[in-house]
Amino acid sequence: MNIDFSLITTEIALAILGLAIFTLGLIIPRSARKGLGNIALLGLIIVLGIAVYSWPNQGETLGGMYIVDHFSSFFKIVGLVAAILVVFGFRRYVAANVGNYLEYYSTIVFATLGMIVMISAGDFITLYLGLELMTISFIVLVAFRSFDVKSLEAGIKYLLLAGMSSAVLLYGLSLVYGATGTILFAEVAQSIIDGSGGLLLIIGLVMLIAGLGFKVSAAPFHMWSPDVYEGAPTSVTAFLATGSKAASFAILIRVFVGSLTGIQEHWVMLVAVLAALSMLIGNLIAIPQTNIKRMLAYSSVAQAGYIMVGIVAASQSGVKGVMFYSFIYVFATMGAFTVVAAVYNKIKSDEIADYAGLAQRAPLAATVLLVCMLSMAGIPLLAGFVGKFYLFMAIVDGYMWLVLLGLIMSMVSVYYYLRVVLVMFRDDPVDPTPLKMETSVTITLLIALGVTVFLGIYPGPLSEIANTAAQSFFTP
Amino acid sequence: MGTGLNPSYFIGLSAALFAIGMYGALSKRNIISVLISIELMLCAVNINLVAFNKFLTPDAFLGQIFAIFIITVAAAEVGLGLALIIAISRRRETNNLDDLNWLRW
Repeated sequence: MNIDFSLITTEIALAILGLAIFTLGLIIPRSARKGLGNIALLGLIIVLGIAVYSWPNQGETLGGMYIVDHFSSFFKIVGLVAAILVVFGFRRYVAANVGNYLEYYSTIVFATLGMIVMISAGDFITLYLGLELMTISFIVLVAFRSFDVKSLEAGIKYLLLAGMSSAVLLYGLSLVYGATGTILFAEVAQSIIDGSGGLLLIIGLVMLIAGLGFKVSAAPFHMWSPDVYEGAPTSVTAFLATGSKAASFAILIRVFVGSLTGIQEHWVMLVAVLAALSMLIGNLIAIPQTNIKRMLAYSSVAQAGYIMVGIVAASQSGVKGVMFYSFIYVFATMGAFTVVAAVYNKIKSDEIADYAGLAQRAPLAATVLLVCMLSMAGIPLLAGFVGKFYLFMAIVDGYMWLVLLGLIMSMVSVYYYLRVVLVMFRDDPVDPTPLKMETSVTITLLIALGVTVFLGIYPGPLSEIANTAAQSFFTP
Repeated sequence: MGTGLNPSYFIGLSAALFAIGMYGALSKRNIISVLISIELMLCAVNINLVAFNKFLTPDAFLGQIFAIFIITVAAAEVGLGLALIIAISRRRETNNLDDLNWLRW
């Protein structure tokens, strides 16, 4: 078998980076370990450079087990950007609340590697290995504050529920293998067109939706996300909400739109119902939350609902919508969580009530939180509006009820986002001393703010790129 | 084959095993029992894969290879789970899921 190494340069570079950080951490003295963050940052930026540079490379390697096209390259870049922002924007938070352990940064790199392998998966084994590399790394990261019972509890809950969801997913994969006799996505698609199918395939399909729905935290498989998001270190929460979710959406599209198109009539309605439930449950339960991390967790369930709309469309415009929305979602979520972590560093609280008067104490942080939340709610002139427009345009004929539900629920979401904004801007602070943000946090916030506003006003170039990528997904 | 076996026996066995594992994972309150139940679910998957391999693609060992990967990864997952259980029981002196109520479920 011929292995085309030029196609997997990004993965090789990332694996080397992860191992290098780990080895280096063992060699250098304990006091020097805080520099590992900078090395991880530099390394990830170089890997991002490699990923952008290898954009024109397309093809399959390892006998179809590994697919590299614009679609996977796009999501790889999204995942790497999320990793870079996590390493850069949360440096002080990690040093103060997690500790400078050598495992932290190398585990982040390995989680990113898992995402990237999963995004490029061309068969079930690669899918499973990428998924588990990502999940196991995330379990370690979630439980990283091992002195904190909350973090440990979140870790064990994530482990048990992720284990269960992987088992369900695997059972689904085994049934699809049983129905079609192959584990390659392309051959599964061909075999379905040739008429294999039946009950086994349908049951397998339902289990695949349940297993992957868990990973993107779509309702009713979202129960883990509020607990894990609250208990995990905020840096890990941010990474879990952005990178892990974007990668899971990529594989969801690869499996359903790419491989199981032949039996589309069986899963489109199911995915539509999941999307509707996620929007409803996510937005409605977010309203009474008092902890901002829990609130953002439910809001991310709702966001998963919006993104799933693009999968319901199962068309090029739908896939393009998913890609565009994933990209802007990374920046909006990262901005919001960076604010949460930076504020926690100063006032040691995640309660929304303690954000009173944040606009006077830290104007930039309050503004970024405002803009990111309004973008997630889909207010015009911000990137979130454009993203939702692309997503809902894709299903406007055929699923009008879903569009209407999405619009109503977006309005509901404005309510709870603005509740936080009101606390920040209207209420007077208990302690009016200004909160001084570190340079790295300020730069991350400015990046998030800049991208969210810029893509809202001028979405053309990114939309063009997403379109090309979606095209390469359908016509390899 | 000549043994009179057909795939439906294996599918039935693995479905039963999967259902038992699922029931155990959802009803047991002890973390170790839940881990064992999850292992049971993975065993059901492995039976499925190996049986399908035998009946569908006897020349290409797709299912067998997949099963080996699953066994390996499951071992890693259980190792991590036990480490977490030890860390929790050191602090809380419990391994019962009902006592893990610092966060709301």
